[in-house]
Amino acid sequence: MNIDGITNGLVIDHIEAGKGMELYNALHLGDLESSVALIKNVTSHKMGKKDIIKVDEVLDVDLDILGFIDPNITVNIIKDNEIIGKKHIELPKEVKNIIKCKNPRCITSTEQELPHIFRLTNIEKRTYRCIYCETEAEHK
Amino acid sequence: MNNLLSILDLTTEEIDELIEKAQDIIAHPDYYHEKCKYKKLATLFFEPSTRTRLSFEAAMLDLGGKVMGFSEAQASSAAKGESVADTVRTVGCYVDIIAMRHPKEGAPLVASMHAGVPIINAGDGGHNHPTQTLTDLLTIKCEKGRLTNMTIGLCGDLKFGRTVHSLIEAMSRYEGIKFILISPEELKLPNYVKQEILDKKGIEYEETRDLIEAMPKLDILYMTRVQRERFFNEEDYIRLKDSYILTPEKMTYGKESLTVMHPLPRVNEISVAVDDDPRAAYFKQVSNGKFIRMALIMKLLNIK
Repeated sequence: MNIDGITNGLVIDHIEAGKGMELYNALHLGDLESSVALIKNVTSHKMGKKDIIKVDEVLDVDLDILGFIDPNITVNIIKDNEIIGKKHIELPKEVKNIIKCKNPRCITSTEQELPHIFRLTNIEKRTYRCIYCETEAEHK
Repeated sequence: MNNLLSILDLTTEEIDELIEKAQDIIAHPDYYHEKCKYKKLATLFFEPSTRTRLSFEAAMLDLGGKVMGFSEAQASSAAKGESVADTVRTVGCYVDIIAMRHPKEGAPLVASMHAGVPIINAGDGGHNHPTQTLTDLLTIKCEKGRLTNMTIGLCGDLKFGRTVHSLIEAMSRYEGIKFILISPEELKLPNYVKQEILDKKGIEYEETRDLIEAMPKLDILYMTRVQRERFFNEEDYIRLKDSYILTPEKMTYGKESLTVMHPLPRVNEISVAVDDDPRAAYFKQVSNGKFIRMALIMKLLNIK
């Protein structure tokens, strides 16, 4: 399958197969006017299969969201058909309003305006806990 | 801002300092009678708790301060839908320090972000209750003269009991502590507590279902309530409930130097007949609760 190259934009690569759509939604790429391609199950030497997202526009992506979903993702910035930069992704120490606390006993369940904040508590296990009730985030 | 939201907010040195201060207050109460003169404590209790609220109020009154507050959410603007943040922002304009109980986990953290005065977590659902843990530590120190080198039996509901998890965390900081975990299979200490605290710190522990078998080894017996609603079926509850009721007969298996503790309120897990046993320390715990809260209020208000 062929997808056209992009002249100016972003290539979000090495997305774990199956997580592309989640990332597409988390970055609100559906709201963009420009062309966006989500390519699933691309053959990869390293990963076996992977997803790739190509965005035909240079935009500031929230690296915290990328890092939270998968810190192994790479972001290449393309200008005039050439890669001019790579963004380094790492596990964010804190994520805000990316996921919601599902603990019904948590204060966020009744006070709707509170930000849902999760903090990284274990780097090896990639464990995030709600700062209010310390419930572990279900999503990784 | 100084707050106490979880026992983890305190270093071991700070815990020791609070215990030392509380013991000094016990020994010289008159010296502290005006330490908080002109200071005000608000007790914001969004759910009822007679013991904890009165303990905080007695603590502030014994320091010469004043108290105000409410004892249930219905008596506050929360009943009109006001947020925790707005409530404490308002109350923070009137008082110097707030003790807060709330049924939702994390509510005191939200309060601490907005109050402008120190917040003490007086219990947030099943999450944290740090002043109970401080009370337990002071009681152990007063009864044993030390917080090191002892075998602590924790009996009853070790799965859902927040006081137990918090006490394990706090006591694991001291040398020579061994735990005996006494509970039915259904209410065993959760694995994450074993892994994150006991295994990580290399603390020795054993698990048993048999209270009588554990009794002779214990320096401290910490009882908790086995609640009917924790069981999947009535049969299991009826089969097990009596095994974890402390009676004078079971007390005969304990050392002479044993100390029996309970966070209270009790229902039937300690027979009333045990109350007169000199080893029963659970009503002393109540008294200690006031003294440690006095020490804490002073610390958070930076009063020497």
